[in-house]
Amino acid sequence: MTTTTPGTAAGSTTAPGAVGTAHTRVEGRDKVTGTARYAGEIPFTELAHGWLVLSTIARGRIRSVDDTTVLAMPGVLTVLHHGNAPRVEGDFTSMIGVPPDPSALLFQHDRVPHVGWPVALVVAETSEQAREAAESLVVHYERETHDVAFRSDHRDDRTNLPTAGDEADVTDKGDMAAELAASPVVVDEEYTTPEEHHTTMEPHAVTARWEDGRLDVVDSNQGTTWVAGELTQLFSLDPASVRVRSEHVGGGFGSKRVRAHQVAAVMAASALERPVRVVLTRRQTFALGGYRSPTAQRLRLGAGTDGRLRALEHDSLNQTSTMDTFVEPSAGATRVMYDAEAHRTANRAVPLDVPTPTFMRAPGEAPGSFALESALDELAERCGIDPIELRVRNEPERGPVSGLPFGSRNLLACFREGAEQFGWAERDPRPGTRREGRWLLGTGTAGASFPSGAVPSTAALTAEPDGSFTTRIAAADIGTGARTALTLVTADALEVPPERVRVRIADSDFGPAMIAGGSMGTRSWAWAVTAAAGELRERLALNADIPPEGITVRSDTTEAIGGLSAKERHSFGAQFAEVAVDTGSGEVRVRRMLGVFAAGRIVNPLTARSQFLGGMTWGLSMALHEEATRDENTGGLVGGDLAGYHIASHADVPSMEAHWVDDPDPDDPVGIKGIGEVGIVGAAAAVANAVWHATGVRHRDLPIRPDRVLSAADGREA
Amino acid sequence: MREFDYQRANDVPGAVALLNADPNARFLGGGTNLVDLMKTGVERPDRLVDVRELPLDQVESTEDGGLRIGATVSNSDLAAHPDVRRRYPALTQALLAGASGQLRNMATVGGNLLQRTRCGYFTDVASPCNKRVPGSGCPAREGAHHNHAILGASEHCVAVHPSDMGVALAAFDAVVSYETADGLGELPLEEFYLPVADTPHRETALPSGALITGVTLPAAPVAARSRYRKVRERASYAFAIGSVAAALDVQDGVVRDVRVALGAVASRPWRARAAEAVLSGAPAGEASFAAAADAELAAAEPLPDNAYKVKLIRNLMVSVLTELTEEAAR
Repeated sequence: MTTTTPGTAAGSTTAPGAVGTAHTRVEGRDKVTGTARYAGEIPFTELAHGWLVLSTIARGRIRSVDDTTVLAMPGVLTVLHHGNAPRVEGDFTSMIGVPPDPSALLFQHDRVPHVGWPVALVVAETSEQAREAAESLVVHYERETHDVAFRSDHRDDRTNLPTAGDEADVTDKGDMAAELAASPVVVDEEYTTPEEHHTTMEPHAVTARWEDGRLDVVDSNQGTTWVAGELTQLFSLDPASVRVRSEHVGGGFGSKRVRAHQVAAVMAASALERPVRVVLTRRQTFALGGYRSPTAQRLRLGAGTDGRLRALEHDSLNQTSTMDTFVEPSAGATRVMYDAEAHRTANRAVPLDVPTPTFMRAPGEAPGSFALESALDELAERCGIDPIELRVRNEPERGPVSGLPFGSRNLLACFREGAEQFGWAERDPRPGTRREGRWLLGTGTAGASFPSGAVPSTAALTAEPDGSFTTRIAAADIGTGARTALTLVTADALEVPPERVRVRIADSDFGPAMIAGGSMGTRSWAWAVTAAAGELRERLALNADIPPEGITVRSDTTEAIGGLSAKERHSFGAQFAEVAVDTGSGEVRVRRMLGVFAAGRIVNPLTARSQFLGGMTWGLSMALHEEATRDENTGGLVGGDLAGYHIASHADVPSMEAHWVDDPDPDDPVGIKGIGEVGIVGAAAAVANAVWHATGVRHRDLPIRPDRVLSAADGREA
Repeated sequence: MREFDYQRANDVPGAVALLNADPNARFLGGGTNLVDLMKTGVERPDRLVDVRELPLDQVESTEDGGLRIGATVSNSDLAAHPDVRRRYPALTQALLAGASGQLRNMATVGGNLLQRTRCGYFTDVASPCNKRVPGSGCPAREGAHHNHAILGASEHCVAVHPSDMGVALAAFDAVVSYETADGLGELPLEEFYLPVADTPHRETALPSGALITGVTLPAAPVAARSRYRKVRERASYAFAIGSVAAALDVQDGVVRDVRVALGAVASRPWRARAAEAVLSGAPAGEASFAAAADAELAAAEPLPDNAYKVKLIRNLMVSVLTELTEEAAR
């Protein structure tokens, strides 16, 4: 499974041990036997159940919440809304440098900014009673006209917004007009991706209660100290009085942060002085769980006949809400992947009467790579150059925008390895020439990248008197295998077998730690664990006797991470796909996919492979299936559930392989880069490029639905 | 979710009596659609009468060489039945093209016929829908109608019937049997579903309080060479955006007998009578098949976002009939 094309050499890979060896999940048995409990199923005495009521209008004001009838319904305990809810404090920046999600500022005003905005919480003795009452609650609205229609021409009539976070709004170098004019080959196309949702297998769920003067929150989230910090700020509490736990999480993908349901549960638990649970329905996760904005991206490429880029422009527009600016940084990939004399990127957003979009697996790179890597394929076609050779010719020495050296960049090693395994050399570049029955066959490839980073974290390591070791870190295992990875990292750092290590995670009492996000969780946590292990080994060398309470050391990586030199640090990958297309029915089927990645040292090959395959499957799904439909008249989603929102089924994913090349990060104590997101990057472009190779028709709008394939066939006939 | 009564019926008259005892009762078969609709509030029955244990789970040959299929036969069992596979292969293919293995194990023949549309406005109680709330309006015509009807719709409703099984049954002249408190009755499938007109909430001609007891397929030698082709937006586990059930008997290059029915084009499984009329006695070949498709689709009234279905259905009809012709020639 693992391949070993030499990448950057680093001493850290030479140590034998648990890291790099396949291990099943330490909690795997609990999960498959059902003994692992998730946030919505942990019992509490006196538990009350809250049910959110969501707005049915897209813009306007709440005139009144008619709660009298509902309060008389069986089991109903209270109805919270903007007229009676406590005030919360929303003016802060959370530990990951972003403001709270607007839905966390719950019941603070009468304004309705989108369909699905939470307008009330009904709390009752049972979940069924709460739901029945919530669905009976009459809310009177004052409607205003709304606009939910995302169009690329919004760029002409709407104000451009500043970009949130550290993604620069615009980068610009060289003379774009002159380089384009001087380029014998030009690609100038628009690519679009639709609204996409990351509804998780386990819906968002929380239980909040006051226990011994502390707010105790059992939640499903991607970072317990993140959630604890936001709740502390929102309710102006003493940080020491808030504890958040999140033992098992059935998927996050960027959607599990503080949202309306946790705030509602805390408000109700405070009002009722009872534990209160709020669980979102599947449809509510579509309304309230965040999503990836649709994008409209214009790519302009100018090149010599040899394919060398002279001009490269990537301009991306996405939608945001009227409450907050979330920028999907799709042009970010272009700042890393390819250079040109004239190089310009822009990420812009237009506010509409829609929910605020959020981080969704590979934010920016997922849609951005579809546009960029499709455009590269079009350039290869127009230049008559093999798509991989085109990328070889445009491999930059340094960061195209930053000018910084790369930490390690093994993109071409991925392409070489992938080409060999996929059988790329035998490929006939001509499109539309291979037929098998009613199917046209084609192959495509695309590049991938995602930033690699580490965020300061703390960890505690205890040497127990029985010779075992306990790691405590507020990490989150959102299904990735993080708990297992940290077990292996701890074992190697202490030079003990993994069986002697117990890792406890997902408890904010363990102290600040990075969230499971941005492909930075495992790297950040492993760094903290490794630092603590180093000190513990020194302590143990001095003290042979371990007291009954054990010997505990704590680490904080703030200083070490702050000392990293500025470099372009990224994971890379090459995606390959073979598709079959029936232009008579419009059906597209992926026959096989291969991804080869350079993503740092791989801690656990078993779960890493799953994570890559999961990303690639999502990319396939993005290419062919995923699309949320918003009704322009109502402003709401149509079919906003897993019956209406199609993701790839098993039958859509016949043969899929993930491999990696040796690529340890020389500046990371374990050599880790991060693998969470890069698997999806480029996958949709590889599929789309394969569809072109099969049919001779470019699909620049995702998903590549049957009707689009049928219409494209019309175009060719015309 | 409201509380409701649940009762299991032991025999058909008992089931009918239980249903008629409560004006807001529903029969529960496999529950694969009704229970979902109860969760979302589209259906709010006071009582469920579980009919799945009724002695209607047999598939039997009739004297004239047809099949009598009990209403509670599961979709899985029907698909696997040797007589269905041999004599009506398109029915097996249609059944296996639907839903998932788990759902097919639960879903019944009677329930399959009575399943409701998956139109996104029908399944969202926050939305107007003439089918769910008569007179409230139809947002689909101006809104999301990508998978809506091109045939037989009205300004009041453009939803499609989601059944795959029903399309094959329509092609093979199925007759639906039912029982009411007053006795037994029968309805040919073509008369079973009512025209949409201005009453999209009235979907079938079943008398009030009737229980479907079974479906009879008349003998149809042509059905032994039949196919079902379904196109959907992923490889499995999705409703059709277009489907064709067809049976073809070609002798000496001439169409002797033909059956064609279409799915995901109308509020009911759509028997393509106009296409059959063109094909009967015509030379078997692409020109005839295309002419037949065009004859059927001449009545199509597509909306902006489902116009692709006209081409899709035309291509599918030509493709499936061509495959059947080639199969006959082998």
